[in-house]
Amino acid sequence: MASIVASIWEGITYRGREGHWAWLLHRVSGLGILLFLALHIVDIYLIGVGKEIFEAFLFFYHSAPFKVLVMGLLFGVYYHAFNGVRIILVDFWPERFSNWKTQRLMFRVVIVLTLLAFIPSAIATVAPLFNLHMPWWNH
Amino acid sequence: MRVTLRIKRFNPEKDEKPWWGEYEVDVEPNDQLLDALHKVKWYQDGTLTLRRSCAHGICGSDAMVVNGRNRLACKVLMKDLGKKVTVEPIRGLPVIKDLVVDMEPFFAKYRAIKPYLINNDPPPEGRERLQSPADRERFDDTTKCILCACCTTSCPSFWANGDYVGPAAIVQAHRFIFDSRDQATAERLDIMNDMMGVWRCRTVFNCVECCPREINITKAIGDVKKAILEGGVR
Ligand code: HEM
Ligand code: HEM
Ligand code: SF4
Ligand code: SF4
Ligand code: FES
Repeated sequence: MASIVASIWEGITYRGREGHWAWLLHRVSGLGILLFLALHIVDIYLIGVGKEIFEAFLFFYHSAPFKVLVMGLLFGVYYHAFNGVRIILVDFWPERFSNWKTQRLMFRVVIVLTLLAFIPSAIATVAPLFNLHMPWWNH
Repeated sequence: MRVTLRIKRFNPEKDEKPWWGEYEVDVEPNDQLLDALHKVKWYQDGTLTLRRSCAHGICGSDAMVVNGRNRLACKVLMKDLGKKVTVEPIRGLPVIKDLVVDMEPFFAKYRAIKPYLINNDPPPEGRERLQSPADRERFDDTTKCILCACCTTSCPSFWANGDYVGPAAIVQAHRFIFDSRDQATAERLDIMNDMMGVWRCRTVFNCVECCPREINITKAIGDVKKAILEGGVR
Protein backbone atom coordinates (compact mmCIF):
# COMPACT_ATOMS: atom_id res chain seq x y z
CA MET A 1 0.00 0.00 0.00
CA ALA A 2 2.75 2.48 0.94
CA SER A 3 4.47 1.69 -2.32
CA ILE A 4 1.24 2.31 -4.26
CA VAL A 5 1.03 5.78 -2.69
CA ALA A 6 4.73 6.41 -3.35
CA SER A 7 4.29 5.41 -6.98
CA ILE A 8 1.38 7.86 -7.29
CA TRP A 9 3.67 10.65 -6.00
CA GLU A 10 6.48 9.75 -8.40
CA GLY A 11 3.81 9.42 -11.05
CA ILE A 12 2.72 13.01 -10.53
CA THR A 13 6.26 14.37 -10.81
CA TYR A 14 7.31 12.37 -13.90
CA ARG A 15 6.29 14.03 -17.15
CA GLY A 16 4.97 11.09 -19.09
CA ARG A 17 2.40 11.19 -21.84
CA GLU A 18 -1.14 9.82 -22.37
CA GLY A 19 -0.38 6.32 -21.10
CA HIS A 20 1.14 7.72 -17.95
CA TRP A 21 -1.88 9.88 -17.08
CA ALA A 22 -4.23 7.08 -18.10
CA TRP A 23 -2.50 4.76 -15.65
CA LEU A 24 -2.43 7.32 -12.83
CA LEU A 25 -6.14 8.12 -13.25
CA HIS A 26 -6.97 4.41 -13.44
CA ARG A 27 -5.21 3.73 -10.16
CA VAL A 28 -6.68 6.79 -8.40
CA SER A 29 -10.20 5.96 -9.66
CA GLY A 30 -9.84 2.28 -8.74
CA LEU A 31 -8.73 3.16 -5.20
CA GLY A 32 -11.45 5.85 -4.99
CA ILE A 33 -14.20 3.39 -5.94
CA LEU A 34 -12.81 0.92 -3.42
CA LEU A 35 -12.91 3.60 -0.71
CA PHE A 36 -16.51 4.42 -1.62
CA LEU A 37 -17.41 0.74 -1.52
CA ALA A 38 -16.16 0.58 2.08
CA LEU A 39 -18.34 3.56 3.03
CA HIS A 40 -21.21 2.06 1.06
CA ILE A 41 -21.06 -1.18 3.02
CA VAL A 42 -21.40 0.89 6.20
CA ASP A 43 -24.42 2.83 4.92
CA ILE A 44 -26.25 -0.29 3.75
CA TYR A 45 -25.49 -1.91 7.09
CA LEU A 46 -27.17 1.07 8.84
CA ILE A 47 -30.55 0.04 7.35
CA GLY A 48 -30.50 -2.77 9.87
CA VAL A 49 -29.38 -0.53 12.74
CA GLY A 50 -32.24 1.97 12.59
CA LYS A 51 -34.41 4.14 10.39
CA GLU A 52 -33.21 7.44 11.91
CA ILE A 53 -29.54 6.85 11.50
CA PHE A 54 -29.93 5.50 7.97
CA GLU A 55 -31.98 8.54 6.97
CA ALA A 56 -29.43 10.88 8.53
CA PHE A 57 -26.89 9.24 6.26
CA LEU A 58 -29.14 9.70 3.24
CA PHE A 59 -29.54 13.43 4.02
CA PHE A 60 -25.80 13.66 4.19
CA TYR A 61 -25.50 11.92 0.83
CA HIS A 62 -27.90 14.43 -0.70
CA SER A 63 -26.14 17.50 0.72
CA ALA A 64 -24.27 19.82 -1.65
CA PRO A 65 -20.71 19.02 -0.42
CA PHE A 66 -21.28 15.29 -0.80
CA LYS A 67 -22.57 15.80 -4.34
CA VAL A 68 -19.10 17.02 -5.23
CA LEU A 69 -17.75 13.65 -4.08
CA VAL A 70 -20.53 11.83 -5.94
CA MET A 71 -19.45 13.66 -9.09
CA GLY A 72 -15.91 12.43 -8.50
CA LEU A 73 -17.26 8.91 -8.03
CA LEU A 74 -19.33 9.08 -11.22
CA PHE A 75 -16.39 10.33 -13.23
CA GLY A 76 -14.16 7.70 -11.64
CA VAL A 77 -16.57 4.82 -12.34
CA TYR A 78 -17.12 5.79 -16.00
CA TYR A 79 -13.43 6.45 -16.57
CA HIS A 80 -12.34 3.23 -14.85
CA ALA A 81 -14.80 1.19 -16.88
CA PHE A 82 -13.94 2.67 -20.30
CA ASN A 83 -10.22 2.77 -19.61
CA GLY A 84 -10.39 -0.79 -18.28
CA VAL A 85 -11.69 -1.85 -21.68
CA ARG A 86 -8.77 -0.03 -23.33
CA ILE A 87 -6.29 -1.90 -21.11
CA ILE A 88 -7.95 -5.21 -21.92
CA LEU A 89 -7.60 -4.49 -25.66
CA VAL A 90 -3.90 -3.63 -25.23
CA ASP A 91 -3.32 -6.73 -23.11
CA PHE A 92 -5.05 -9.26 -25.36
CA TRP A 93 -4.27 -7.91 -28.84
CA PRO A 94 -0.83 -6.32 -28.48
CA GLU A 95 -0.06 -6.69 -32.19
CA ARG A 96 -3.05 -4.49 -33.00
CA PHE A 97 -3.33 -2.04 -30.08
CA SER A 98 0.08 -1.87 -28.44
CA ASN A 99 1.83 1.01 -30.18
CA TRP A 100 2.08 4.64 -29.15
CA LYS A 101 -0.08 6.00 -31.96
CA THR A 102 -3.10 3.78 -31.33
CA GLN A 103 -2.48 4.20 -27.62
CA ARG A 104 -2.76 8.01 -27.76
CA LEU A 105 -5.88 7.77 -29.94
CA MET A 106 -7.54 5.23 -27.64
CA PHE A 107 -6.89 7.38 -24.59
CA ARG A 108 -8.63 10.31 -26.28
CA VAL A 109 -11.58 8.08 -27.17
CA VAL A 110 -11.78 6.93 -23.53
CA ILE A 111 -11.89 10.57 -22.33
CA VAL A 112 -14.62 11.46 -24.85
CA LEU A 113 -16.76 8.43 -23.86
CA THR A 114 -16.23 9.20 -20.18
CA LEU A 115 -17.36 12.80 -20.65
CA LEU A 116 -20.36 11.74 -22.77
CA ALA A 117 -21.54 9.50 -19.94
CA PHE A 118 -20.45 11.80 -17.14
CA ILE A 119 -21.98 15.13 -18.19
CA PRO A 120 -25.66 14.02 -18.23
CA SER A 121 -25.16 12.10 -14.98
CA ALA A 122 -23.53 15.13 -13.39
CA ILE A 123 -26.40 17.38 -14.45
CA ALA A 124 -28.90 14.91 -13.00
CA THR A 125 -26.89 14.83 -9.78
CA VAL A 126 -26.88 18.57 -9.15
CA ALA A 127 -30.31 19.36 -10.64
CA PRO A 128 -32.26 18.83 -7.39
CA LEU A 129 -30.02 21.37 -5.65
CA PHE A 130 -31.40 24.01 -8.01
CA ASN A 131 -34.95 22.68 -7.80
CA LEU A 132 -34.71 21.46 -11.35
CA HIS A 133 -36.27 18.18 -12.33
CA MET A 134 -35.12 15.87 -15.03
CA PRO A 135 -37.82 15.20 -17.65
CA TRP A 136 -37.62 11.45 -16.99
CA TRP A 137 -38.39 11.88 -13.29
CA ASN A 138 -42.07 11.74 -12.51
CA HIS A 139 -42.25 12.97 -8.96
CA MET B 1 22.03 31.09 -26.64
CA ARG B 2 22.26 31.28 -22.88
CA VAL B 3 20.52 28.60 -20.82
CA THR B 4 20.23 27.79 -17.13
CA LEU B 5 20.87 24.20 -16.09
CA ARG B 6 19.34 23.08 -12.78
CA ILE B 7 21.15 19.91 -11.83
CA LYS B 8 20.28 17.66 -8.90
CA ARG B 9 23.51 17.20 -6.97
CA PHE B 10 24.31 14.64 -4.31
CA ASN B 11 27.59 13.58 -2.80
CA PRO B 12 26.91 10.90 -0.17
CA GLU B 13 30.22 11.69 1.58
CA LYS B 14 29.29 15.36 2.15
CA ASP B 15 25.59 15.98 1.63
CA GLU B 16 22.76 14.94 3.93
CA LYS B 17 20.27 15.19 1.09
CA PRO B 18 20.25 16.12 -2.59
CA TRP B 19 20.37 19.80 -3.58
CA TRP B 20 19.89 21.76 -6.80
CA GLY B 21 22.89 23.43 -8.43
CA GLU B 22 22.23 26.21 -10.97
CA TYR B 23 24.65 26.89 -13.83
CA GLU B 24 24.47 29.35 -16.72
CA VAL B 25 26.10 28.21 -19.96
CA ASP B 26 26.33 29.48 -23.53
CA VAL B 27 25.38 26.82 -26.05
CA GLU B 28 24.66 26.46 -29.75
CA PRO B 29 21.09 25.40 -30.60
CA ASN B 30 22.43 22.17 -32.13
CA ASP B 31 24.59 21.30 -29.12
CA GLN B 32 23.70 18.14 -27.24
CA LEU B 33 22.68 18.43 -23.60
CA LEU B 34 25.84 16.39 -23.00
CA ASP B 35 27.92 19.30 -24.42
CA ALA B 36 26.24 21.69 -21.99
CA LEU B 37 26.95 19.35 -19.06
CA HIS B 38 30.59 19.15 -20.20
CA LYS B 39 30.76 22.96 -20.18
CA VAL B 40 29.64 22.92 -16.55
CA LYS B 41 32.06 20.19 -15.57
CA TRP B 42 35.09 21.44 -17.52
CA TYR B 43 34.80 25.22 -16.93
CA GLN B 44 32.59 25.81 -13.88
CA ASP B 45 32.47 22.97 -11.38
CA GLY B 46 34.75 19.98 -11.82
CA THR B 47 33.02 18.07 -9.04
CA LEU B 48 29.90 17.50 -11.19
CA THR B 49 29.80 13.76 -11.82
CA LEU B 50 28.15 12.08 -14.78
CA ARG B 51 28.65 9.01 -16.92
CA ARG B 52 29.06 8.96 -20.69
CA SER B 53 31.18 7.20 -23.21
CA CYS B 54 30.28 7.19 -26.90
CA ALA B 55 28.39 10.53 -27.01
CA HIS B 56 26.42 9.17 -29.97
CA GLY B 57 23.54 7.17 -28.53
CA ILE B 58 25.24 3.79 -28.79
CA CYS B 59 26.77 2.85 -25.44
CA GLY B 60 23.71 3.67 -23.33
CA SER B 61 25.60 5.15 -20.40
CA ASP B 62 24.12 8.66 -20.06
CA ALA B 63 20.43 8.16 -19.32
CA MET B 64 19.05 10.92 -17.07
CA VAL B 65 15.78 12.65 -16.24
CA VAL B 66 15.71 15.77 -18.43
CA ASN B 67 12.87 18.24 -17.87
CA GLY B 68 11.02 15.47 -16.06
CA ARG B 69 11.43 12.76 -18.71
CA ASN B 70 14.05 10.06 -19.33
CA ARG B 71 16.47 10.88 -22.14
CA LEU B 72 20.04 10.19 -23.24
CA ALA B 73 22.00 13.43 -22.68
CA CYS B 74 23.84 12.79 -25.96
CA LYS B 75 20.65 12.36 -28.01
CA VAL B 76 18.76 15.47 -26.95
CA LEU B 77 19.53 18.87 -28.50
CA MET B 78 19.52 22.14 -26.54
CA LYS B 79 17.13 23.81 -29.00
CA ASP B 80 14.46 21.28 -27.98
CA LEU B 81 14.79 21.94 -24.25
CA GLY B 82 14.04 25.64 -23.68
CA LYS B 83 15.94 28.20 -21.61
CA LYS B 84 15.65 26.41 -18.26
CA VAL B 85 16.65 22.77 -18.18
CA THR B 86 16.38 20.48 -15.16
CA VAL B 87 18.57 17.39 -14.99
CA GLU B 88 18.20 14.60 -12.39
CA PRO B 89 19.55 11.07 -12.03
CA ILE B 90 17.26 8.30 -13.32
CA ARG B 91 14.81 7.01 -10.70
CA GLY B 92 14.56 3.75 -8.83
CA LEU B 93 18.30 2.96 -8.70
CA PRO B 94 20.61 4.08 -5.85
CA VAL B 95 22.50 7.32 -6.57
CA ILE B 96 26.28 6.92 -6.29
CA LYS B 97 27.07 10.58 -6.93
CA ASP B 98 25.20 13.38 -8.75
CA LEU B 99 23.94 11.90 -12.03
CA VAL B 100 25.62 8.50 -11.65
CA VAL B 101 23.44 5.67 -10.35
CA ASP B 102 24.33 2.11 -9.41
CA MET B 103 23.33 0.05 -12.46
CA GLU B 104 24.08 -3.29 -10.80
CA PRO B 105 20.46 -4.13 -9.85
CA PHE B 106 19.51 -3.35 -13.45
CA PHE B 107 22.19 -5.64 -14.93
CA ALA B 108 21.41 -8.38 -12.41
CA LYS B 109 17.93 -8.57 -13.97
CA TYR B 110 19.45 -8.60 -17.44
CA ARG B 111 21.62 -11.60 -16.46
CA ALA B 112 18.62 -13.34 -14.89
CA ILE B 113 16.85 -13.79 -18.23
CA LYS B 114 19.85 -15.70 -19.72
CA PRO B 115 20.71 -13.20 -22.46
CA TYR B 116 22.52 -15.63 -24.78
CA LEU B 117 21.55 -18.18 -27.40
CA ILE B 118 20.79 -21.59 -25.91
CA ASN B 119 20.82 -24.45 -28.42
CA ASN B 120 22.19 -27.85 -27.47
CA ASP B 121 22.19 -29.28 -31.00
CA PRO B 122 25.42 -28.83 -32.97
CA PRO B 123 25.08 -26.37 -35.87
CA PRO B 124 24.80 -27.92 -39.37
CA GLU B 125 28.17 -29.22 -40.62
CA GLY B 126 30.43 -26.38 -41.72
CA ARG B 127 27.82 -23.59 -41.68
CA GLU B 128 25.73 -21.31 -39.47
CA ARG B 129 22.21 -21.99 -38.17
CA LEU B 130 19.82 -20.79 -40.87
CA GLN B 131 16.68 -18.76 -40.29
CA SER B 132 14.04 -17.44 -42.69
CA PRO B 133 13.64 -13.66 -43.09
CA ALA B 134 10.16 -13.98 -41.60
CA ASP B 135 11.53 -15.75 -38.50
CA ARG B 136 14.27 -13.12 -38.17
CA GLU B 137 11.68 -10.34 -38.43
CA ARG B 138 9.80 -11.56 -35.34
CA PHE B 139 12.40 -10.26 -32.91
CA ASP B 140 14.03 -7.58 -35.05
CA ASP B 141 12.70 -4.71 -32.93
CA THR B 142 14.11 -6.08 -29.67
CA THR B 143 17.64 -6.57 -31.06
CA LYS B 144 18.09 -2.79 -31.05
CA CYS B 145 18.29 -2.35 -27.26
CA ILE B 146 21.41 -0.63 -25.89
CA LEU B 147 20.64 -1.36 -22.21
CA CYS B 148 20.50 2.31 -21.25
CA ALA B 149 17.81 1.72 -18.56
CA CYS B 150 15.69 4.67 -19.74
CA CYS B 151 12.68 2.35 -19.98
CA THR B 152 13.01 0.50 -16.68
CA THR B 153 13.60 3.70 -14.69
CA SER B 154 10.60 5.46 -16.30
CA CYS B 155 8.26 2.66 -15.27
CA PRO B 156 5.83 3.37 -12.39
CA SER B 157 5.69 -0.35 -11.63
CA PHE B 158 9.48 -0.38 -11.18
CA TRP B 159 9.44 2.71 -8.92
CA ALA B 160 6.80 1.05 -6.76
CA ASN B 161 8.70 -2.23 -6.56
CA GLY B 162 12.38 -2.50 -7.40
CA ASP B 163 12.07 -6.28 -7.64
CA TYR B 164 10.07 -5.96 -10.88
CA VAL B 165 12.27 -7.40 -13.62
CA GLY B 166 11.50 -4.30 -15.72
CA PRO B 167 10.94 -3.58 -19.40
CA ALA B 168 14.63 -3.73 -20.48
CA ALA B 169 15.06 -7.30 -19.23
CA ILE B 170 11.76 -8.30 -20.85
CA VAL B 171 12.90 -6.77 -24.15
CA GLN B 172 16.08 -8.86 -23.91
CA ALA B 173 14.10 -11.98 -23.05
CA HIS B 174 11.79 -11.32 -26.02
CA ARG B 175 14.83 -11.16 -28.31
CA PHE B 176 15.62 -14.83 -27.47
CA ILE B 177 12.12 -16.15 -26.80
CA PHE B 178 11.05 -15.26 -30.35
CA ASP B 179 14.30 -16.44 -31.97
CA SER B 180 13.53 -19.67 -33.87
CA ARG B 181 17.15 -20.87 -33.30
CA ASP B 182 16.86 -20.77 -29.53
CA GLN B 183 15.73 -23.80 -27.50
CA ALA B 184 15.18 -22.28 -24.04
CA THR B 185 11.79 -20.69 -24.78
CA ALA B 186 9.95 -22.59 -22.05
CA GLU B 187 12.67 -21.79 -19.52
CA ARG B 188 12.58 -18.06 -20.23
CA LEU B 189 8.77 -17.94 -20.33
CA ASP B 190 8.87 -19.55 -16.90
CA ILE B 191 11.15 -16.77 -15.61
CA MET B 192 8.79 -14.17 -17.10
CA ASN B 193 5.64 -15.84 -15.70
CA ASP B 194 6.11 -14.44 -12.22
CA MET B 195 4.60 -11.80 -9.93
CA MET B 196 7.81 -9.84 -10.54
CA GLY B 197 7.89 -10.75 -14.23
CA VAL B 198 5.69 -9.54 -17.09
CA TRP B 199 2.55 -9.40 -14.94
CA ARG B 200 3.85 -6.28 -13.14
CA CYS B 201 3.56 -4.38 -16.40
CA ARG B 202 0.51 -2.06 -16.30
CA THR B 203 0.76 -1.01 -19.97
CA VAL B 204 1.69 2.55 -19.00
CA PHE B 205 3.78 3.11 -22.17
CA ASN B 206 6.31 5.35 -20.38
CA CYS B 207 8.99 2.96 -21.59
CA VAL B 208 7.89 3.22 -25.21
CA GLU B 209 7.68 7.02 -25.05
CA CYS B 210 11.27 7.38 -23.81
CA CYS B 211 13.20 4.51 -25.45
CA PRO B 212 16.02 6.19 -27.43
CA ARG B 213 15.99 3.25 -29.86
CA GLU B 214 12.24 3.64 -30.45
CA ILE B 215 11.56 0.03 -29.57
CA ASN B 216 7.86 -0.81 -29.15
CA ILE B 217 8.52 -2.21 -25.69
CA THR B 218 4.93 -2.56 -24.48
CA LYS B 219 4.15 -4.64 -27.57
CA ALA B 220 7.17 -6.86 -26.85
CA ILE B 221 5.90 -7.31 -23.29
CA GLY B 222 2.43 -8.04 -24.70
CA ASP B 223 3.91 -10.68 -27.01
CA VAL B 224 5.56 -12.37 -24.02
CA LYS B 225 2.36 -12.19 -21.91
CA LYS B 226 0.45 -13.82 -24.77
CA ALA B 227 3.07 -16.51 -25.30
CA ILE B 228 2.73 -17.40 -21.60
CA LEU B 229 -1.07 -17.55 -21.88
CA GLU B 230 -0.86 -19.72 -25.00
CA GLY B 231 1.73 -22.03 -23.44
CA GLY B 232 4.51 -21.22 -25.90
CA VAL B 233 5.44 -19.25 -28.99
CA ARG B 234 3.04 -19.73 -31.89
C1 HEM C 1 -16.59 -2.00 -15.42
C2 HEM C 1 -15.96 -2.48 -14.39
C3 HEM C 1 -14.44 -2.55 -14.29
C4 HEM C 1 -13.52 -2.77 -15.29
C5 HEM C 1 -13.75 -3.01 -16.79
C6 HEM C 1 -12.21 -2.73 -14.64
C7 HEM C 1 -11.02 -2.96 -15.28
C8 HEM C 1 -9.81 -2.98 -14.67
C9 HEM C 1 -8.58 -3.41 -15.28
C10 HEM C 1 -8.44 -3.95 -16.71
C11 HEM C 1 -7.59 -3.28 -14.37
C12 HEM C 1 -6.13 -3.63 -14.57
C13 HEM C 1 -5.35 -2.40 -14.78
C14 HEM C 1 -3.98 -2.64 -15.32
O1 HEM C 1 -3.60 -3.78 -15.71
O2 HEM C 1 -3.24 -1.66 -15.40
C15 HEM C 1 -8.18 -2.72 -13.16
C16 HEM C 1 -7.48 -2.40 -12.02
C17 HEM C 1 -8.05 -1.99 -10.81
N1 HEM C 1 -9.40 -1.88 -10.54
FE1 HEM C 1 -10.86 -2.11 -11.93
N2 HEM C 1 -12.37 -2.48 -13.30
C18 HEM C 1 -13.72 -2.36 -13.04
C19 HEM C 1 -14.30 -2.12 -11.81
C20 HEM C 1 -13.61 -1.86 -10.61
C21 HEM C 1 -14.25 -1.61 -9.32
C22 HEM C 1 -15.74 -1.66 -9.06
C23 HEM C 1 -13.22 -1.37 -8.43
C24 HEM C 1 -13.26 -1.05 -6.96
C25 HEM C 1 -14.12 -1.52 -6.12
C26 HEM C 1 -11.97 -1.46 -9.15
C27 HEM C 1 -10.74 -1.27 -8.58
C28 HEM C 1 -9.55 -1.47 -9.23
C29 HEM C 1 -8.25 -1.27 -8.64
C30 HEM C 1 -7.96 -0.82 -7.20
C31 HEM C 1 -7.31 -1.61 -9.63
C32 HEM C 1 -5.79 -1.60 -9.50
C33 HEM C 1 -5.26 -0.34 -10.12
C34 HEM C 1 -3.80 -0.38 -10.43
O3 HEM C 1 -3.14 -1.45 -10.31
O4 HEM C 1 -3.26 0.66 -10.79
N3 HEM C 1 -12.25 -1.76 -10.47
N4 HEM C 1 -9.53 -2.56 -13.37
C1 HEM D 1 -23.94 7.11 -5.60
C2 HEM D 1 -24.15 5.98 -6.24
C3 HEM D 1 -24.80 4.79 -5.55
C4 HEM D 1 -26.03 4.70 -4.96
C5 HEM D 1 -27.06 5.82 -4.79
C6 HEM D 1 -26.19 3.34 -4.49
C7 HEM D 1 -27.30 2.85 -3.81
C8 HEM D 1 -27.46 1.56 -3.40
C9 HEM D 1 -28.66 1.03 -2.84
C10 HEM D 1 -29.96 1.81 -2.63
C11 HEM D 1 -28.44 -0.29 -2.57
C12 HEM D 1 -29.46 -1.31 -2.09
C13 HEM D 1 -29.44 -1.55 -0.65
C14 HEM D 1 -30.47 -2.64 -0.34
O1 HEM D 1 -31.63 -2.46 -0.65
O2 HEM D 1 -30.04 -3.68 0.21
C15 HEM D 1 -27.06 -0.59 -2.92
C16 HEM D 1 -26.44 -1.82 -2.77
C17 HEM D 1 -25.12 -2.09 -3.14
N1 HEM D 1 -24.27 -1.26 -3.83
FE1 HEM D 1 -24.65 0.67 -4.31
N2 HEM D 1 -25.05 2.63 -4.81
C18 HEM D 1 -24.18 3.47 -5.48
C19 HEM D 1 -22.93 3.17 -6.00
C20 HEM D 1 -22.29 1.94 -5.84
C21 HEM D 1 -20.96 1.63 -6.35
C22 HEM D 1 -20.07 2.60 -7.12
C23 HEM D 1 -20.68 0.32 -5.99
C24 HEM D 1 -19.43 -0.52 -6.28
C25 HEM D 1 -18.23 -0.13 -6.00
C26 HEM D 1 -21.84 -0.18 -5.27
C27 HEM D 1 -21.95 -1.44 -4.72
C28 HEM D 1 -23.08 -1.90 -4.05
C29 HEM D 1 -23.16 -3.23 -3.44
C30 HEM D 1 -22.01 -4.28 -3.46
C31 HEM D 1 -24.42 -3.33 -2.86
C32 HEM D 1 -24.97 -4.51 -2.09
C33 HEM D 1 -25.91 -5.32 -2.89
C34 HEM D 1 -26.77 -6.18 -2.03
O3 HEM D 1 -26.46 -6.32 -0.85
O4 HEM D 1 -27.77 -6.66 -2.55
N3 HEM D 1 -22.78 0.82 -5.20
N4 HEM D 1 -26.48 0.57 -3.44
S1 SF4 E 1 14.62 -1.03 -24.44
FE1 SF4 E 1 15.18 1.05 -25.09
S2 SF4 E 1 15.05 2.29 -23.23
FE2 SF4 E 1 15.13 0.15 -22.60
S3 SF4 E 1 17.25 -0.28 -22.15
FE3 SF4 E 1 16.85 -0.90 -24.28
S4 SF4 E 1 17.37 0.89 -25.50
FE4 SF4 E 1 17.19 1.61 -23.39
S1 SF4 F 1 4.42 -0.44 -20.40
FE1 SF4 F 1 4.85 -1.81 -18.68
S2 SF4 F 1 7.03 -1.88 -18.55
FE2 SF4 F 1 6.54 -0.10 -19.84
S3 SF4 F 1 6.56 1.62 -18.41
FE3 SF4 F 1 4.59 0.75 -18.57
S4 SF4 F 1 4.29 -0.65 -16.88
FE4 SF4 F 1 6.43 -0.26 -17.17
S1 FES G 1 27.13 8.63 -24.20
FE1 FES G 1 26.81 6.70 -25.15
S2 FES G 1 24.66 6.67 -25.33
FE2 FES G 1 25.00 8.70 -24.65
